[in-house]
Amino acid sequence: MFEYFYKYGSPRHFYDLSKMFVPWLGGICLILLIAGLTGGLVLAPPDYQQGEGFRIIYVHVPSAWMSLFIYMVMATAGATGLIWKVKVADALARASAPLGASFTFLALVTGSLWGKPMWGTWWVWDARLTSELILLFLYLGYMALQTAIDDRRTAARAGAILALVGVVNIPIIHYSVEWWHTLHQGPTITKLDAPSIHISMLVPLLIMALAFMFYYAAVVLLRARYEILENERNSAWVCELIEQRRG
Amino acid sequence: MEMRETEQQDRVLNSFSANALTCIRNDVVLFSGLGFRLDCGEVLQIQGPNGSGKTSLLRILCGLALPDDGAILWNEKNIHDHRQDYFKEMSYIGHVNGIKMELTALENLTIAGALAVTNQSISLPDILEKMGLAEHENTPARKLSSGQRRRLALARLLITDTRLWILDEPLTSLDDYGRQLMRDMITAHAAGNGITVLATHDPVDIQRHKITMINL
Amino acid sequence: MQMFHNSTSTVLIAVLKRDLVIGLRHRSELFNPLVFFFIVVTMFVLALGPYETTLRQVAPAVIWVAALLASTLSLDMMFHSDLDDGSLEQFLLSPHPLIIIVVAKILAHWLLTAAPLIVAALFLGLMVYLPQTAIMPLLLTLLLGTPVLSLVGAVLAALTVGLRGSGILLTLLILPLYIPVLIFSVATVDNAAKGLAITGELYFLGAILVLAATLAPLATTSSLRIRLG
Repeated sequence: MFEYFYKYGSPRHFYDLSKMFVPWLGGICLILLIAGLTGGLVLAPPDYQQGEGFRIIYVHVPSAWMSLFIYMVMATAGATGLIWKVKVADALARASAPLGASFTFLALVTGSLWGKPMWGTWWVWDARLTSELILLFLYLGYMALQTAIDDRRTAARAGAILALVGVVNIPIIHYSVEWWHTLHQGPTITKLDAPSIHISMLVPLLIMALAFMFYYAAVVLLRARYEILENERNSAWVCELIEQRRG
Repeated sequence: MEMRETEQQDRVLNSFSANALTCIRNDVVLFSGLGFRLDCGEVLQIQGPNGSGKTSLLRILCGLALPDDGAILWNEKNIHDHRQDYFKEMSYIGHVNGIKMELTALENLTIAGALAVTNQSISLPDILEKMGLAEHENTPARKLSSGQRRRLALARLLITDTRLWILDEPLTSLDDYGRQLMRDMITAHAAGNGITVLATHDPVDIQRHKITMINL
Repeated sequence: MQMFHNSTSTVLIAVLKRDLVIGLRHRSELFNPLVFFFIVVTMFVLALGPYETTLRQVAPAVIWVAALLASTLSLDMMFHSDLDDGSLEQFLLSPHPLIIIVVAKILAHWLLTAAPLIVAALFLGLMVYLPQTAIMPLLLTLLLGTPVLSLVGAVLAALTVGLRGSGILLTLLILPLYIPVLIFSVATVDNAAKGLAITGELYFLGAILVLAATLAPLATTSSLRIRLG
């Protein structure tokens, strides 16, 4: 089992193997995306309270889920790289950060777009949006630290520690922001969530979430491939690869 | 006297070796396949121009940095698996002195002693005197000359009884008196079966002892 | 010859004493965060106007944000000078566990920077018309909250030590992590000012402190090893 893990966990095998996976993951993502968007934007009935505007949850909610999920992946990959010195895990962690930040940003933008017709303002200090904003800060901090450290091996290990510190903190931050929000609850409706909804609304939401997951998987593999080439630029197999390309 | 003999017997076993060390910094291979073995009383001198990787090699040897490949063994045991044991028997003086400008010479030695496994039989003022810093006991390090600061850093070697000294340019900013002092210290350390690894521009002549050279 | 291996507490006290002596001989570094604390609060008052009712309302928030910024300011120095003069290398090569040294340094940092802030907050509270009933709770939150700042700050100070522009990077990394402490501390003082119960919030701050005290020294130790390796 461990032998298997080490064999396929080596950067070189990962590089060869991931090449096969990326088109499949991308293809599945595309199919799911078409299905989810049709279901969400065309087939699902408008919400009785929020009208057509509710449809933004098909982007907002999966983005918000992904933003947290990717942080967890990043921290897990970072810890794996730190403890078992798996180089591929380091590359995955580093490749995940910009994607996570993008999903967080998307969740913020869609949240604020939704807010305009619902609340009448572009921004409301709603618990979810505030938590997402803080998560964006955490992502940006992680990326800033990665770029500040020149040595990529050190950067990966330092990033792993930061991501782990973040993971311990996220539940505390999340809880404290929720608590803060109930403390200062205003008169507005603050429910920007998957409402307790009809099955015809829920199914497209889950399909969209799955589509986002496949999108992440495809892109993170693609990005990790480049990270690995960069990390291993002095190794024999990368030099060989370059020679081959040059013909 | 009896005690001394048993201790000496214990120490006969010491050895320090490096196998196939490789170090890559910023895409440049500083050295690869570097190896050596040192036994009791031996001195290894590492020479090379600036940027050749002397400091990188010493930082790897003392356990601060990891080599890109290879292993370092103290008494046949990997230093990273037996870190605590290794640090008990190793002293490292880097090219920065590791002394605090705000503290006096004596305070600097005191904290160094607290951090190490100290040799209780020697008093700190005695060591300062031996290093020619007797009247500077209570002078803040800020007010010492650079040569005096270097001597204060080297004084750390005397408060402990470590068997392995790793010294990065120990002679930097020392005057003739300081240089002679340093040579005598290394000679005495080798005579007492200690092992010394040092990086220098100019060769240190220590008579009667086996000196290995590595040119980077 | 008798070799002497110092006990853990000896090492802890030696490093603590070293840092305190250095701190006390560096008066300016000791006072600058304190002056900064006063200036930030003054800026808030100037921006808000000298109205007693407004100030009374925002007092807990103003004092806590100012204290947070002031303690962040001094974090950068926690390991910086030790890295520059080679002391950090010596710490890493000590046969004693690095975590002992780290704990001593965090403790020294707290004593040198946060303890003066707590005393200063007593006066600032009066200057921004914080109700009498809220003064003690303010000090309590500072007493529970500032050690968290030193502990969590130590991890990030270790991660960023010696980097270009480490000061601003450190601030960027650390402030989001301080959010829970800020929220619960300000809420405690707010509630106390309104005459409400505060034990729940204080327990929560205490729990955060315990968590930080358990994990932060470990994380700081590995951060230092990573950064210097």
